[in-house]
Amino acid sequence: LGLALYASSLCAASGAAFLYHDYCVIGAGPSGLQVAYFLQQAGRDYIVFERSHAPGSFFALYPRHRKLISINKQYTGKSNSEFNLRHDWNSLLSHDRQLLFRHYSRDFFPNADAMVHYLEDFASLLKLRVQYNTAIVHVTLERDGQAWNGHYFLLTDQDRQNYKCSSLLVATGTWVPNVVNFPGSEYVEGYETVSINPEDFAGQTVLILGRGNSAFETAENILGVTNFIHMVSRSRVRLSWATHYVGDLRAINNGLLDTYQLKSLDGLLEGDLEDLAIIKDKKGKLHITLRFYLDNRNTSAGIDSITLPQDELDNFATRAPYDRVIRCLGWKFDFSIYNRSLRMMPGKGNKKKYPQIKPSYESRSTRGLFVLGTASHSVDFRKSAGGFIHGFRYTTRAVHRLLENRHHGVPWPSTVYPITQLTNSIIKRVNEASGLYQMFSVLADIILLRENATAFEYLEEYPVGVLAELEMQTGRKAPNGLFVIIMEYGRNFSGADKDVFYYNRAVGEAQHAWQSNFLHPVIYYYKRLPTEREMRLRPPDWPLPRPDAVHHIVEDFLTDWTAPNAHILPLRRFLENCLSTDLRNFFAESCFLFAFTRQKLPPFCRQGYARMQGLVGSEGLRHHAVEAGLLEDYTLIDFSGDRAPESREGSQDRLLRDHTIPVRPLQHLVNAKDE
Amino acid sequence: MSAQKDGWVFSFLFLLFCASSIPARGGERLLRELSPQEYFGSLQAGRASLAYFSHNVSPGAQPFLEQIENSAEALQDYGISVVKVNCPKEDVSRYCGKENALRKAYLFRGNMLIREFPTDALFNVNSIVANVLFALLFNEVKYVETLADLQNIENALKGKLNMVFAYVPATGTAEHRAVMEAAFVYGTVHQFVLTTEATLLKDAGSDEPDASSAQLLFCHCQWATDLGQPCRRTAMGQTLTMLNIHRHLKLMGAPLVTEVAEDPEKVSTVHLQLGLPLVFILSQKETYEADRTTAEFVAWQLLGKAGVALLSRDLVDLNILLRANVALKTPDEGVPIKYLVLEDTDEVITLVEDKNEVKQIQEDEEENEEDEDEKENNNQDIQDDQVAEAVSRDKKRELPLEQILALTEETFHSALLGTARTVVLFYASWEAVSLAVLQSYTEVADHLKGTGGVLLSRVNCWDWPGVCTKENVTQFPTIKIYEKGERSVIYNGMWGTEELTSFIVLSRVSCPLKLATIDEAEGYLRGEFPSELSSYHHTSLLGVFSTATGEAREAFEEAGNILSGHVTMGMYFEDDALALSRKYAVSPPALLLAKSGGQSVEGIALSKQSAQDMVQMIRYKLLDNFPEITVQNLPRYLQLRKPFLILFSDGGISQMESKEMLKVAKGRPQQAFVACWLNLKKTPVGRGVLKAYFATVPSPPVLIWVNLHAGGQVFKFPSEQSITETNILSWLEKLKAGLEVPSSTLSEEDWKPPLPAYDFLQMMETAVPELPLHTSHRPGDTPDQHPPQSPGGDTALREEPSQETKAEKVGSPGRDLRGTAPRLAAREKQGKRHSEL
Repeated sequence: LGLALYASSLCAASGAAFLYHDYCVIGAGPSGLQVAYFLQQAGRDYIVFERSHAPGSFFALYPRHRKLISINKQYTGKSNSEFNLRHDWNSLLSHDRQLLFRHYSRDFFPNADAMVHYLEDFASLLKLRVQYNTAIVHVTLERDGQAWNGHYFLLTDQDRQNYKCSSLLVATGTWVPNVVNFPGSEYVEGYETVSINPEDFAGQTVLILGRGNSAFETAENILGVTNFIHMVSRSRVRLSWATHYVGDLRAINNGLLDTYQLKSLDGLLEGDLEDLAIIKDKKGKLHITLRFYLDNRNTSAGIDSITLPQDELDNFATRAPYDRVIRCLGWKFDFSIYNRSLRMMPGKGNKKKYPQIKPSYESRSTRGLFVLGTASHSVDFRKSAGGFIHGFRYTTRAVHRLLENRHHGVPWPSTVYPITQLTNSIIKRVNEASGLYQMFSVLADIILLRENATAFEYLEEYPVGVLAELEMQTGRKAPNGLFVIIMEYGRNFSGADKDVFYYNRAVGEAQHAWQSNFLHPVIYYYKRLPTEREMRLRPPDWPLPRPDAVHHIVEDFLTDWTAPNAHILPLRRFLENCLSTDLRNFFAESCFLFAFTRQKLPPFCRQGYARMQGLVGSEGLRHHAVEAGLLEDYTLIDFSGDRAPESREGSQDRLLRDHTIPVRPLQHLVNAKDE
Repeated sequence: MSAQKDGWVFSFLFLLFCASSIPARGGERLLRELSPQEYFGSLQAGRASLAYFSHNVSPGAQPFLEQIENSAEALQDYGISVVKVNCPKEDVSRYCGKENALRKAYLFRGNMLIREFPTDALFNVNSIVANVLFALLFNEVKYVETLADLQNIENALKGKLNMVFAYVPATGTAEHRAVMEAAFVYGTVHQFVLTTEATLLKDAGSDEPDASSAQLLFCHCQWATDLGQPCRRTAMGQTLTMLNIHRHLKLMGAPLVTEVAEDPEKVSTVHLQLGLPLVFILSQKETYEADRTTAEFVAWQLLGKAGVALLSRDLVDLNILLRANVALKTPDEGVPIKYLVLEDTDEVITLVEDKNEVKQIQEDEEENEEDEDEKENNNQDIQDDQVAEAVSRDKKRELPLEQILALTEETFHSALLGTARTVVLFYASWEAVSLAVLQSYTEVADHLKGTGGVLLSRVNCWDWPGVCTKENVTQFPTIKIYEKGERSVIYNGMWGTEELTSFIVLSRVSCPLKLATIDEAEGYLRGEFPSELSSYHHTSLLGVFSTATGEAREAFEEAGNILSGHVTMGMYFEDDALALSRKYAVSPPALLLAKSGGQSVEGIALSKQSAQDMVQMIRYKLLDNFPEITVQNLPRYLQLRKPFLILFSDGGISQMESKEMLKVAKGRPQQAFVACWLNLKKTPVGRGVLKAYFATVPSPPVLIWVNLHAGGQVFKFPSEQSITETNILSWLEKLKAGLEVPSSTLSEEDWKPPLPAYDFLQMMETAVPELPLHTSHRPGDTPDQHPPQSPGGDTALREEPSQETKAEKVGSPGRDLRGTAPRLAAREKQGKRHSEL
């Protein structure tokens, strides 16, 4: 087989020599390496092209000030490795426990060099097949009915070397700087090149264009040495702690907000950059004016003839001249390398920096082309974490699973459990699963019910946007209904101008769980798979169409959803009512009684006791159950029938007394330090 | 049941309707105002009217007038008109003239004055109706004050009419009115007697007369023949309301015993219509007279509680057991008639009374439940899982886990290599069943303390999911036994201390155990070898093979692997194996099965069986002929899917019973049922079984036939017969022939959700109606992250809340630290638990 592969990869089909691989990955950044890992594990024929000499070249340059804003939590108090990934935003997924980011940095906000180092190790230790110093400069299609997708992808690198692939995985990220062109934009320095030495800004007045993390990061760096910093952007500031979107302004960068609001000379302004113009005066100072004035000016006139806004409005905000103007407008996807036949189109509106893709991460127009990593963020832009390592490591795995099913007949991995494990398997996942947690409202666990609801099949982290295509995409069948397990924030809790600290923001009672605001598990029940039409017509802001029933597990301060009464019991009732069965656990003694007094046994007895795996239970536990009135102690019953002996009445009295002792744990204390 | 109730309420209303049909005229003012001339001119012969004369309304008469007006409608039902006569000022005639006449009301029949009432006797509607009817029904309702009067009336009625004797503490009360109203309807059928003297009640046969509450007795004087004896009386147990009296009189009026000559399913009597059961006494021509007497006797006992019918079997072709002598038909629709074999009349009476009692209790419970439902939204938040609740009640207790090594991802593999045998419990610390098993596991550790070569350990999968995934643990809990560096076995037995301990001990010895000498083999059959198993030993299985290789031996070894831990298996394949097998009259390959220390050895020839077949065969062979059934071993016998013949015994069973039962068990070549016994002392839950089978638990020993897998019918061996093989076999024959009546039938019901879930979908729709949850989504709708706040509208609804008001909207006590203490305090009701499984 190795020989055959070797032969095929050297195929010289139509004159030009093509190196063939089943999978070509462009970019050896985090998502490129992540998918390479999965391809390697599955034993697939793949290659990763990296234009730089080492992986993660973006991180070698950016962020300029070298501080990553993705958290690297060393301690969580838990040893559960899956759970801990919820608070590790930098590691990639692998079986190697050494390849966890906390072994590379001890900083909560690590240095970007650590990321570069980490990615290098990830690629080399796992022996991923990366071809460095290979910049793919052109991608085109070759129609071929035999190909997986009806065409091959033909890639050309900077040395005119051609490569041929069945499937193309684009992991190039977004690295082309966003540039705004306006009169005077030649005076603007870019984030990519601006000095990061604060000394260079001493005593200067600085205008920063943009309002993202890079703009604030730049401001933060020079805040202490400048006269003042002004910041202009079209949109209002969006704080990530208010929006629950990690791409918005992180608190670690927001020093300038402080000084602005405390009137310490720095300031924020809203305005459309397209309307601006910058002119340089003779002393080299930069003045803000409006393009409108420039359009009307007499081209022959000198700089002094240009109208400045303050000429007409003498308290115009940015009337003070600036020493420097810095552009920090973020990046966009590199569309330039794709032949027009691939129709790689930019998204609409605020997603125009990303290529258009389906919720399955496949290109809208070219079958077999998948976009991974940051560039795939259009699926959940400003919602979830798909644009960041801690999100796309899971979506990349999902894409790999889709590919395995599509091209290799390997169905989506699943486990079959007896129905008695239904509540348990959900509780286990919502408490530890990191993919559900990080990619909330995007990836979902799916439970496919078997006939008569005696067993079920559990599929992890399926992209919920393509739920309608589940059978086709996973190779699993869903004829008997399904549950979809997903995590959600309260629908109207997060937002740019919302007060997320109002009193009673947390819901504590299970019966009000649907009003939970913080991230919490939601379980949708469908009697049959939703159709594509239903998916399209779902309510706005809903990840899924209207279910036949829905359950919210009440939000939890500790994100620990294992409380027997507040979390597990309501979930069990929901599942029971969806399946119309009784999912309670019983001691063997109860099963014994049922076996002799009922023709049918409850599932727990049927699948346990009747198969000689009854839960005998210790004396003490059975006693507790008797005290709770959930198990009868027949040793106390007198034989002569209706005459109830004294002893029994006595015990009932005791039962009643016991009942008045409150036994519930504190379930929902909300941290409210300000109180 | 309720249909029947409705039925008789309807008939009662119909009766009222008849009584009131003539005068009722809607919309008209019921209290007419007339001048004296008009009034006296309008009086018709035979029509009663109640008149009140006044000049003009004096303030003091106002309340009285109101009551009169209110009672007009009620009186109209009895054909009595109520008139206010306005006296002209100058009128000085008989009724208008006298000053004190104006303080009275006058009852006329035609133009004859029947009675004049002082206004203070007419203080409310009840008193007006009661007194007016009392006056009009002077002949129908006799008022007595002395015992002599009562006895005189009673004696005069004997053989003629029945008597309704009512005691009311005072006249003019609601009870008095009810009696009078009943008398209005039944006055011509029965003689009504009324008293306000409590002493009369005592003599009327009531043991503890309660002078404060009214009572009514029905005296069966019509059938009284003996003049010296007082009439039989049947007290009405309920409060005196028109409905209750009507019901009671209906029941008393019904024939004592109804003779029936049709299919009981089709029979309907007044009792059934009134929601009471009907008892059929099944009679035959030969015994008719005696049966008739029995029926009458029973009917007297059950008067007012149930009806009695005498059914001649000769006239009706009933497809029922010949021995059945009583049938019970309940008013509940869809409940089949029960045919019973009862021994004396007391049983009939208890049968009915118990049934009523149970029903009463159920009704009470239902009512209670409904009340609670309203109050507290269904108890959904109260734990009804016995295991989860027991574990959570125990959570404060620290388990003695010192004996059990907690393994981690790092230590797991080294621990497995360190000991010959490592038992690992994989569990999740939040999962109730796991924790329950962990408790038993600590007890196992206690038992096995000091046992060498076995390490008990645990892995908390909540902490170390990696290990659990790698070890293919998909269910909680799972116990695996790892042999050093080799294979692992999943424990698949009962999650109990004893079973697990025995499994661990047995699996220490290889299965099958290779025996080297013939002495060892003999010792093995006697249960003496290997010594470490001697205390856990019950049955020894020895495979004897003539050659060291062969299919049978391989299959046997594989079977041993599967059964490892559950049974002890040995094998012998030395040269003298032939000698050994000859001793037990088999030829190798063969299986020797030695029970109870080698006293009896059974030889079974092994043919070309697969390992699976061999496992099946061995499992089957290990079942006892007449086992004592316990909670732990029932599943093994359940798997045979055969009916159970089970002897419930309070303690051990006698040798005699045991012998007879064993004969029954062994007697049948192809055992068609499982014969077993149950020690109620050891397996008290057996009482629960009996309780479910019988309303009144029979005293043990009780022999039961129950067909668990087909039909679920339960039969009880007649207690008067002694438990002998012949008796049992003939009884079983009768069962087969369908000649016996099942004592009860096991419910076929499915296991449904015990309680409803929170309907969040509905809550969302009620609270946020603008959320377009429906799939019929209008295409014009714009996706909107900030739905418009609707300030107007119903504020009671949980509209899309602004964040400030969101605090109050849930209405529950605060959900933050503030108010935690009062919230917890308010949770006293917490104590409540479901008592029902």
